[in-house]
Amino acid sequence: MFPLNKDKILLIVLRIMAGISVLSLLFILFYLVKEALPILQSISSHRFFTDESWHPTSGSYLLLPMIIGSILIMLGAMIVSAPLGILTAILSQFYAPPWFTKPLNRTVEILSGIPSVIYGFLGIVTIVPLLAEFQAPGTSVLAGVIVLSFIVLPNIVLISNNALSQIEQVHIHNAMSLGLSRYAIIRHVILPQAKPGLFTGIVLQSGRAIGETLAVLMVCGNVVQIPGSIFEPVRTLTSNIALEMAYAMNDHRSALFLSGLMLMVVVLVVILIAEKFSPQANIQ
Amino acid sequence: MNALPTNNNLADTLLKIASWASGIFIVLFFGYLLFDITVNGFSRIDFSFFYESPVNAGRQGGIAPMLISTLLILILCLCISLPIGIASAIYLAEYTNEKQWFSRFIRRCLNIISGVPSIVMGLFGYAFFVIALKLGFSLLSGALTLAAMVLPLLIRSIEDSLRAIPQSYRLNAHALGLSQWRMIFQILLPMASQGILLAVILSIGRAMAETAALLYTSGYVMRTPDSIMDSGRSLSVHIFDLSMNVPGGEPSAYASALTLIVLLLIINTITAYISRIIKNRSIK
Amino acid sequence: MHQNSFTIISSLNKTILLTLISFILLTTGCEQQKTTPVAGGVAQLSGKLNITGSSTIAPLAAELAAIFESKNPQLRINVQTGGSSRGLADIRQGVSDIGMVSRKLKTEENDIQAHLLANDGISIIVHKDNPITSLTEEQIKSIYLGKIKNWKSLNGVDKKITVINKAEGRSTLEVFLHFFKLKNVNIKPDVIIGDNEQGVKLVSRNRYAIAYVSIGTAEYNIKSGTTIKALPLDGVEATTEKLASGEFPLSRELNFVTKNKPSPLAQAFLDYSRSNEARKTIEEFGFVPIK
Repeated sequence: MFPLNKDKILLIVLRIMAGISVLSLLFILFYLVKEALPILQSISSHRFFTDESWHPTSGSYLLLPMIIGSILIMLGAMIVSAPLGILTAILSQFYAPPWFTKPLNRTVEILSGIPSVIYGFLGIVTIVPLLAEFQAPGTSVLAGVIVLSFIVLPNIVLISNNALSQIEQVHIHNAMSLGLSRYAIIRHVILPQAKPGLFTGIVLQSGRAIGETLAVLMVCGNVVQIPGSIFEPVRTLTSNIALEMAYAMNDHRSALFLSGLMLMVVVLVVILIAEKFSPQANIQ
Repeated sequence: MNALPTNNNLADTLLKIASWASGIFIVLFFGYLLFDITVNGFSRIDFSFFYESPVNAGRQGGIAPMLISTLLILILCLCISLPIGIASAIYLAEYTNEKQWFSRFIRRCLNIISGVPSIVMGLFGYAFFVIALKLGFSLLSGALTLAAMVLPLLIRSIEDSLRAIPQSYRLNAHALGLSQWRMIFQILLPMASQGILLAVILSIGRAMAETAALLYTSGYVMRTPDSIMDSGRSLSVHIFDLSMNVPGGEPSAYASALTLIVLLLIINTITAYISRIIKNRSIK
Repeated sequence: MHQNSFTIISSLNKTILLTLISFILLTTGCEQQKTTPVAGGVAQLSGKLNITGSSTIAPLAAELAAIFESKNPQLRINVQTGGSSRGLADIRQGVSDIGMVSRKLKTEENDIQAHLLANDGISIIVHKDNPITSLTEEQIKSIYLGKIKNWKSLNGVDKKITVINKAEGRSTLEVFLHFFKLKNVNIKPDVIIGDNEQGVKLVSRNRYAIAYVSIGTAEYNIKSGTTIKALPLDGVEATTEKLASGEFPLSRELNFVTKNKPSPLAQAFLDYSRSNEARKTIEEFGFVPIK
C-alpha cells in the first residue's frame, strides 16, 4: 500500500478533533433527554403549557411563563447591549484617539472576565433597591434586563471590535480615494462587510444571555408568572433549575431537566432564525 | 485604527457623539464597579490574604487554596481545549467551505453548545465526568466541563482570524510547493496568532467567570488540591458562596472579587505584551 | 520570519505535551495513594471521607472538617454543597460517606440513619425601620396568603407589602409551611429566593419587605449591623438562646446522615462533630448544638 503522507495524517487528525465538539453536544443532549424522559412519559406534554401553575411537589407543571420569561429577558438585554456594544467598537476603531482606545479596550477585556455573580451581587445591592423605591418589589424583568445587559456588553464590544478590525484595508482605501465621508465609509463600506461577524457574534452572545443563571436568579424575583409589566417579577428556565435542582427528587427533578431541554429548544430556534437571516450565506 | 477622513457632516457628528457616549458609559461603569469593590474589599486584604488558608468558612483567613485551584483549572482547561480548538478551526477554515454539510453541521453544533446554559453544562458534567467516567469531584472534571463550554468561542474566533488571512498567501505557498502541513504551521498559524491570543483571553475570561458549572463538577472543597483528581473550589465559587451562603461573608467576598479583577488585569497585561512581541516578529 | 515563528509554535507544542505527560503522571500517582489502607483504631486517622448535601450545613461542616483534618494530617475530608436531596441521593448511590440534611427525616426515609448535629430556627425578618414590632401567627398567615396586602392594615405605613418566599423543595420552606399549616399553592409571593443571604440582602434594602430565614443567619446579620430585625413569634424572641431553651416554636433539625452503620472513619468524624470542642464552632455559625 502507498504510505500515508504527513498531509493526509494531518487531515485525519483535524477531522477527528473537529468531530469532538459534535460528540460532546450529542452527549449533552443524550443526558438531558435521558433525565427528562420520566416526566415526559408520566404526564402528557400539553400540560407544560396548560397547567394552572408551577408547583411540582403538588403535581402542577406549568413551564410556559418561564419560557416567555427567558426569551423576554434575553431580548431586552440584547436590545440594550447590542447597539451600545457596536457603537463602542466603532468608537474604539474609528473615532477615539489612541490614548483613549487602549484603556477602553483594556477595560472591556477585563469586564468580560468578571463573574456574573459579581454583577448579580451589585444588582441586588444597588439596582433592585433603586427600582423598589420607584415601584415595588424592585426584583423585576427590568432589573434582569439591566444586569444581563452589563454581563453581555463587554463580550459584544470585543467581538464587534474584532469584526470591524478585520475589514480588508483595500476597500477602505478605495472608498477614501472616491472621496467618501467618514460616516459614509463606516455606514456603507465597513459595516456591511463586518455584518456577518457582528451578526454571528451577537447571536452567540444571545445564547450566553439566555443561559445566564446565577445573576438573573439574584435580581429577577423568580415568581412564576407571565409578567404584566417590566416592573413585575419573572422566573427564567435557568433560575428554575438553579433554585430547585438541589432539592428536587423524582418527577420534580425530571421536570427540571425538561426545563433544560426546553431551553435547548429555545436556543435552537434562535440559532435557526439567525442562520436563516444570516448574511453569511449571501456573501460567500 | 484607520485614519479615515475627518470631514464633518451631521450624520458623522451624530455617530461620533453616540459612540463616545457609549464608550464613556462603559468606562464610567467600570470605574464605579472597581471603586465599589475596592472600597469594600481593600480593608479586608493584607499580604497574608494571598498565602493563608480560609478560616471560619472564609470569613477570616485567606484565599490561597482557591487561587491554586483556579489556576490549575484554567491551565487544564486550556490544555484540553486549545489543541482541539485550533485543530477544529484549521479544519473548518482551510479544508471546508460554508456549503459542505459536514462543516455546516459542526458549525451548527458549536452554536448550540454555546447556547447550553452553564447550569445545564454543570449537570451534564456531573452526570458524565463525575459519575459515568468516575472522575469524581475533581479539578479535571471541572476543566473538562469548562473546555466543552469555551470550545465554540475558541473555534469561532480562531476560524475568523484564519479566514481573515488573504487568499494570496495560500496561493503563493502552493506555488512554492510547500506542503499543507508546512503552510499551516509556518504561515497561517503564526499569522493568526493574534486572533488565537484574543480567543485565549476570551476563554480565560469566560472560564474564570464560570460558577454554576464548576459547583457541580470541581466542587466546593476549600483545601489546597494535591493533584488534579482532587476537588477544589474556584475563586468564583468562593465569591458566590461567601455572598449567598455565609452570613458576614460580604467583606471577604468583596476582597476575593478585587483579587479576581487584579488577576484579570495581570493576565491581560501579559497577553498584551506577548501579542506585541509576536506582532513585531512577524513584521520583520 | 517563518523560521522564527516555527520555533515558537513547536516549543509551544512541546510545552503542551510535557504538561499533559506530567498531568498523566500526577493522576496515576494519585490512584496509588488511594489504595493505602485506612487505619482504624490508631490515634492518627488517614484516608478520605466525602460529605455532601444541604447548603445550610455545608459551611459549618467544611469548618468542622478543616479542624478535624488539622488534628489528623493524613485525613482528607471533602465537603460538597448542593442541597438536602442531593445529600440523600449521594449516600444512597454510595458517592459519599456522610450526607447533610437540614430537616427531620421523613418516615419513608427509613433506609437512612440520622445523626442529629444541631437545631436551627426560622425567624421572620423585616427592615429595621419598619415600625411593626410583632406579628401574630394569624397575621403572618394572612400576609403570605395575600389577604393582607398593605402594612397599613397592621397599623404600619401605607405601603404595599413585598412578600418574600423560598423556592419549591427547600427545607426552610417545608418547615415554614408545616408550622403555619399553609400550602405553597396558595401563597402569593412577590419574590422567590434561594439561599438565606439573598433574603437578608433584599429585606435590608427594602423597607416594606418581609421574609423568613435561618435564625443563625438573621442573628449574625443583626449583630454585625445589617438593617434588618427579627420579629418575635407568639411573644417569644427569635434568638438562638430562646431556641436552645426550647421556647422558640419554629425550629428544624440539622442532620448528618449515613446509609446503615457508618464506617470507622465516618464514625470518628461524627463523634468529633458532637464533642464539646465542636459545640463552640457550631455556636459560632448561629446554630444550637444538641445537648
